[in-house]
Amino acid sequence: MTTVIDIPHSLDEHSFEQVLEQVAPLPPDAKMLLDARHTTWASPYGLGALLTLGQTRGEARATLAVPENDDTTSYWARANFFHYADELFDLKGVVPKRGARGDSQVLLELTPIAKSEDVHGAVDRIQERTQQIIGKELGLDPKAIVGFAMTLSEVCQNILEHAGRGGWVMVQTYNWTKRLGRRVVVIAVCDAGVGFRSSLETAGNHVPSDRWDDAAALEAAVIRGVSRFRDPGRGQGLAGVRKYIGRWGGKLSVRSGTSRIAIVPDWDDDLPLEENLPNFPGAQIQVTIPERVAR
Amino acid sequence: MTNHIDLGTVLRQTLSANLYSNLVTRPTGAAVRGQIELMLRASERSLTVIDFSHVSMIDFSCADEVIAKLLLSRGSQDREAYFVFRGMTDDHWDAIEAVLERHGLALVVERDHGVELVGVLDDREVRLFQAMKHRGGSAAAWELAIDMNEQESTTGLLLERMWRRRLIMRDGDAYMPVGELA
Repeated sequence: MTTVIDIPHSLDEHSFEQVLEQVAPLPPDAKMLLDARHTTWASPYGLGALLTLGQTRGEARATLAVPENDDTTSYWARANFFHYADELFDLKGVVPKRGARGDSQVLLELTPIAKSEDVHGAVDRIQERTQQIIGKELGLDPKAIVGFAMTLSEVCQNILEHAGRGGWVMVQTYNWTKRLGRRVVVIAVCDAGVGFRSSLETAGNHVPSDRWDDAAALEAAVIRGVSRFRDPGRGQGLAGVRKYIGRWGGKLSVRSGTSRIAIVPDWDDDLPLEENLPNFPGAQIQVTIPERVAR
Repeated sequence: MTNHIDLGTVLRQTLSANLYSNLVTRPTGAAVRGQIELMLRASERSLTVIDFSHVSMIDFSCADEVIAKLLLSRGSQDREAYFVFRGMTDDHWDAIEAVLERHGLALVVERDHGVELVGVLDDREVRLFQAMKHRGGSAAAWELAIDMNEQESTTGLLLERMWRRRLIMRDGDAYMPVGELA
């Protein structure tokens, strides 16, 4: 029997939870049809997480019914989604050929990150385009451009250091009218690796407390900069990301296992910590930097 | 022995794809540091100019691998390795400052107007370095003690500490800022 999983009309870090709620109760080898026919919009997080979901199915390859809306499939193609989805899903519906690059909104198409040189490639490509977007369209100080590339590098390295398998990164700018009424630039990094809790448990000095779970692991790694390595220089990457988003009024959210932690700026009303979410392997990170407005 | 290391060149030699100008990721940082240490292995006493001029950006992880670990290893007693950092801009500084603070380190940076100390320093270290520069380079402990308005033994302890941090060089009884000769 095939279970149909409804993909929301608008797929982002919050609505993706609806997907996981449907998938979580199913056995790993269950046959699934992900029905995205009515999906009209997806954030970088939504697209990355969808690929990650496909990665978790292994032998039990799921079917993905692609969006019916031409604009949507065209955008997903420009974002390279179908290029990677084809390796992970049986695609059903009309899949456009890979679109030409040049979508001004997509700063970095879905890009696999599995080794150090992939991060170099992503950082070099993003630097070519952020000058225009961050400096001119988002009105941020030129210093924010370098910091943005550093942030991208560090969140991608989370995959190299902790995931144990490859993941994806995507960067996009869009007008976030619903929540903010301003333009934002978003980095999404998704992997289906071991996740923060398992990673930290491999630390030689790890002593599980009574309250050791995914939320505690996220607090340790994201807030306190704890790393599985004994090297005292470790853990600076996410600390640097926190500093960057603090300086530019941004938002950081990290989901791993059954929990999600967020550094929430005053323009957002997200929860700082969510627990008991449906289990999802690996780590999914989103960084959001908003347009600067004159006060 | 004085060396000049162009980090951009070392970076490109380190990576198989000879394209990149950003110092990012821990594996890259560790490989670049390995190359630098290989160059320094030959000499027991060396002054090395680390040149950032052809590096666009450095991230926190790479700064930790290249800068912090290089500085932490220079304090070994059997080897005197001094470093001066050249071509460092604001684009590099955020990451480097973070790792210096994390490890309580300081370094000598070359500016247009000469060398200066940056990182984790106390006021006396900064004053002593300035006093040394005002003296035109080499100075004895008793001379610097006069400048610092301290007992010679007090200044001597500070000089010893700064020398162990490889922020100043020692030649017999005389001390001089690292980089004055670079």
